[in-house]
Amino acid sequence: MNLEANMIATPQRFQLSAVTEGMAINPYAIRRDFPALQQSVHGKPLVYLDTAATAQKPNAVIDAVAHFYRHDCANVHRAVHALGERASAQYEAARKKVQSFLGAQHSEEIVFVRSTTEAINLVANTFGRSHIQAGDEIIVSEMEHHSNIVPWQLLTQSVGASLLVIPFNEQGELDLDAYATLLGEKTRLVAIGHVSNALGTINPIAQMIEIAHDRGIPVLVDGAQAVAHMSVNVRELDCDFYAFSGHKLYGPTGIGVLYGKREILASMPPYQGGGDMIANVTFEKTTYADPPQRFEAGTPNVAGAIGLSAAIDYVTHLGIGGFAEHEDILLRRATEAITSIPGCRIYGQASAKVGVVSFTLDGVHPHDLATIVDREGVAIRAGHHCAQPVWQHYGIAATARASLGVYNTPEDVDTLMDALDIAAKLFR
Amino acid sequence: MSDLSNLYQDLILDHNASPRNFGELDCPTHRKEGSNPLCGDNLVLSLRVEDDIIVDVRFSGSGCAISKASASLMTAALKGKTIGEAEALFASFKDLLTSLEPSPASANQLGKLAAFSGVRQFPSRVKCATLAWHTLEAALHANDVASTE
Repeated sequence: MNLEANMIATPQRFQLSAVTEGMAINPYAIRRDFPALQQSVHGKPLVYLDTAATAQKPNAVIDAVAHFYRHDCANVHRAVHALGERASAQYEAARKKVQSFLGAQHSEEIVFVRSTTEAINLVANTFGRSHIQAGDEIIVSEMEHHSNIVPWQLLTQSVGASLLVIPFNEQGELDLDAYATLLGEKTRLVAIGHVSNALGTINPIAQMIEIAHDRGIPVLVDGAQAVAHMSVNVRELDCDFYAFSGHKLYGPTGIGVLYGKREILASMPPYQGGGDMIANVTFEKTTYADPPQRFEAGTPNVAGAIGLSAAIDYVTHLGIGGFAEHEDILLRRATEAITSIPGCRIYGQASAKVGVVSFTLDGVHPHDLATIVDREGVAIRAGHHCAQPVWQHYGIAATARASLGVYNTPEDVDTLMDALDIAAKLFR
Repeated sequence: MSDLSNLYQDLILDHNASPRNFGELDCPTHRKEGSNPLCGDNLVLSLRVEDDIIVDVRFSGSGCAISKASASLMTAALKGKTIGEAEALFASFKDLLTSLEPSPASANQLGKLAAFSGVRQFPSRVKCATLAWHTLEAALHANDVASTE
């Protein structure tokens, strides 16, 4: 961890949880940091099991965003007044914080965007349009979120390239032999999810990146579901692009990150045109700023970047290395309990999984399940989870999904089971 | 449980478990696919309209208990109705589900369809109950006879 970067944006005023770094995760203490988890819904204490959709926010994040708006609100990179300098310093400190969090070599490799979706669209519209031509191929997998499918479809359809798909097996694990045979002379990019939001599978991306790089093919990793569950080091992975969203990392909505290797970002044309992304503008010729400013047209989400920085401090302080073990204990509890319910089936049984359980219960549609358990205070997601090809693989339209966060307890899992029992009885 | 048992009334659970008029008509005069892209529910509605009267109607597809039961009860209610009567029924149904104060006349007109009154308490589920009806409206207004789209 880069301590210097850490100190810049961790003002002492933000009260962090009493949990000490390096100790096992204590969800009972952590829950107290999350005001939204203190409420009741429909007269029952909230049990939030939809963290894969968005994580709840700790006080440290809420306070950092509020503090910016109360004291430091100004536009960045232009004002010479005191507030402008404070805002610019905090925004750039947030960039350094993300650099350190991802283990990137240079802070210029960190581009702030709205979301993972925007990061992928940025790459498709810049790297894609300058490097991919008719007849070329892009490889994605069958378990991608729509945001790592549709931008590539838009690109390949407009330039006359092809999209190839790595299949997965019954457990929800990618077929690496098929992957190796898909890589070929025409492959220009591999775009792969680090962790599946629908199945929970942790894909072997280090190995997949190595295989692609052996053939000189760059790799984009969609890390939306990964960063809140494990330490990610882009230099160790050697990925060419890595995208994630702040809101799934206990940070604010509307802020995301695109990491790109410096030399690749430098080779890419701009994404959107506007203020902040230029070097000089005349009506005859406009020259563009260097990365990352080249890709950050317009006033950025300054408060969002500051909130994300606070979220990184928060999860770093808790010890993100311990998140996986904590969630794994709950995942095993949930998996065992759901499997024991007659008529229940879990989709996604990969040996390497995060805390995501997609399941169906015979005779009860996932939407009805979600409505019934909601009345017990339990928030789960129902539907296709923006990954329709995953469900086409299994021949179903929708599942219910419970997803775990650092604040979930064994009791949360047990409350879900009681609520599922009520649903099963209602429809019996 | 009161809200829930009001939503999942016995009549709705019954029509979910054993939907009526399930399948497709052989020679429909109107056919339309309806879907709820956010949740993935989909249905196909086929109708036989003769002299402005809905003589037969069937539905197929997949969806939650509310959307399936709504389609089932809608098809049962539509048979023998004129197109004008069907549209009036939809207006009353929407009134029951979404108005701040549904008119008592609506409830009277709806008969068994009044079983969906509990959906009012679940705003995110209103679209489940109205999917079949929106598909009906699209089918009737498309005017493209025996559309195969």
